[in-house]
Amino acid sequence: MSPKYPHLDTLAVHAGQSPDPATGARAVPIYQTASFVFPDADTAASLFNLERAGHVYSRISNPTLSVFEERMAALEGAPAAVAVASGQAALHLAIATLMGAGSHIVASHALYGGSHNLLSYTLPRFGIDTSFVNGRDADAWRAAIRPNTRLLFGETVGNPGLDVLNIPVVADIAHAHGLPLMVDATLTTPFLSRPVSQGADIVMHSATKFLSGHGVVIGGVLIDGGTFNWEASGKFPTLTEPYEGFHGMVMSEESSVAAFALRARREGLRDFGAAMAPMTAFQILQGLETLHVRMPRHVENTRKIVAFLAAHKVVAAVTYPELASHPDHDLAGKLLPAGAGAVVSFDLKGGPGKAKAAGKAFIEKLALFSHLANIGDAKSLVIHPASTTHFRMDAAALHAAGISGGTIRLSIGIEHADDLIEDLSKALYAAGKVAGVAASA
Amino acid sequence: MKFLVQQQPAFVYTGGKPFDPVRPSVVFIHGAANDHSVWTLQARYFAHHGWNAMAVDLPGHGKSFGDAKTSIAANADWIINLLDNGAIGAAALVGHSMGSLIALDCAARHGARVSQIALLGASAPMPVSDELLDAARHRPDEAFAMLNIWGHSPQLKWGRNPTPGTSSMMAYRRLLEQSRPGVLANDLAACQGFVPDDAFLACVTMPALVVAGSRDLMTPAKSSQALAARIAGCRFALIDGSGHAMMQEAPGSTLDTLKTFLKP
Repeated sequence: MSPKYPHLDTLAVHAGQSPDPATGARAVPIYQTASFVFPDADTAASLFNLERAGHVYSRISNPTLSVFEERMAALEGAPAAVAVASGQAALHLAIATLMGAGSHIVASHALYGGSHNLLSYTLPRFGIDTSFVNGRDADAWRAAIRPNTRLLFGETVGNPGLDVLNIPVVADIAHAHGLPLMVDATLTTPFLSRPVSQGADIVMHSATKFLSGHGVVIGGVLIDGGTFNWEASGKFPTLTEPYEGFHGMVMSEESSVAAFALRARREGLRDFGAAMAPMTAFQILQGLETLHVRMPRHVENTRKIVAFLAAHKVVAAVTYPELASHPDHDLAGKLLPAGAGAVVSFDLKGGPGKAKAAGKAFIEKLALFSHLANIGDAKSLVIHPASTTHFRMDAAALHAAGISGGTIRLSIGIEHADDLIEDLSKALYAAGKVAGVAASA
Repeated sequence: MKFLVQQQPAFVYTGGKPFDPVRPSVVFIHGAANDHSVWTLQARYFAHHGWNAMAVDLPGHGKSFGDAKTSIAANADWIINLLDNGAIGAAALVGHSMGSLIALDCAARHGARVSQIALLGASAPMPVSDELLDAARHRPDEAFAMLNIWGHSPQLKWGRNPTPGTSSMMAYRRLLEQSRPGVLANDLAACQGFVPDDAFLACVTMPALVVAGSRDLMTPAKSSQALAARIAGCRFALIDGSGHAMMQEAPGSTLDTLKTFLKP
């Protein structure tokens, strides 16, 4: 019988870990240490020079983080992963590893507001520009690519407009131009989408969200799919030419399958220092062990709530890729067969004049949903993007991202769906009164 | 760096040091459908400790041009041609799996060019199951899975890779997927076709070492030990707990074993 790779469910619980060889501890130990004792001078030198595998200093690597990184690599079907302090740190590390001043990125405009800020306002100060395109428009992706473009970037499901990125199509466009595609898969996790298998070359997550799943940590992870041929592209000297910061090391010669992760760790973590704390990695690992159980419940609850909202008199429109009305309905069915995630957006009735006030009334009436700036918690969450997560975007950018003044974003947790619907029902009644739309509680 | 061997560009990883044939040379030879990168940790060590380290991409593999050689002997001749082009009189040869057979063939037929041999994950004969060979020819993804899962110890199926942040299984899977079409089947057939008799092995007169992983399913330790017993004066070392991919599973023990054996 042919051997089979382990299932994702099992990898989520076990990958990267075996009982601690020193103590027999079954749980992943928290190696809360800055550095690691060298057994002798020769070994010390060899560890620094990458002649031996192991840990030197926790800014570069740490055994607890290594379990998390290896588990994420296994779940994504990728050779290597690098844990970092936040999702934003993951995005920055990827860009800083691939390019320098004078470079250019093409990104979908359907991005998390923080990512939009970094690309739109901060990176230009360091000489890196970004063109934002309609992620659904393949010609727009092609047309935006310039000679100095070094990366195409989008989200599996764009937050909060819930645009589904056509990863195979955008990957083909990227590869035809000798460029990698990076995908932020925060909203989907490996249990709804494995972007590397669909053509993406690099994957990033905010581990703060569904991966950890309990809203207790800030963390991120960058995954090297090991699929992109950096040497054939010829556009990535950081990976294919001698790096004087490491005695002339050529990353693509050192590693045939994870040159990007190697540079990200050996330069990016070393020099920028956005390392994850061991306790954070431990807490994310606790969440990862139930990810395959939580994600189906998140999706199941979301589907029930989407159906409830879509039928409600106070709701003008519901945005969720599984709805037939969503422009990416067919694509979601193809790329996200296990579910389009647990984030749903909707607009309240009331028009421009009353929708914002109705939104305020809605949010303030909610008792079970928590009003906060996060998604992917076991608890259900709510926010008003235009005044919070996306408030730095101008009107045009908000419109392009599918956000209006009355847009509400929900992150559906794993409580009982009936209790969530009851809470929403009461809040919608309150919103309806403000909007002048009758609704029964 | 690139060499020209048999009129084709060949890539040789030199461990982060310039090629220098004045120093004692050690050539690392990879296994079926692999490339030089399986040796980077060990090659870097030797390159930074007085040796002229050369981890090759065999023809048709990794960054080397040309077609993959169809026999162990043809690969061995290619290694000798590489030494010729590098003006290297004799070198230590370290081979893994198929690479161990290439090193062994070099040692038997070109003894003057080989100072010592270390054979890792080795057995001779190296039988390849019909199931694996058939999959390699017709269903390469299935063959890659067999090599990957059988090639690691059961524990590595789950992880705890010594190299931080790297999934050994997934990295090896990607390495195999990067191999050119047909190369795995070609290499496995080459291994299958190499059956040295005692007279052939009697030609191996330089210091020799066979290294086995105690959990190796591809070339079980018992078979490796049997090979060592057929080579005069050959030493045998067992890496406890490791599978076939010992350079990744137990890089430190593998290095220490080689350090103890190889003499400049």
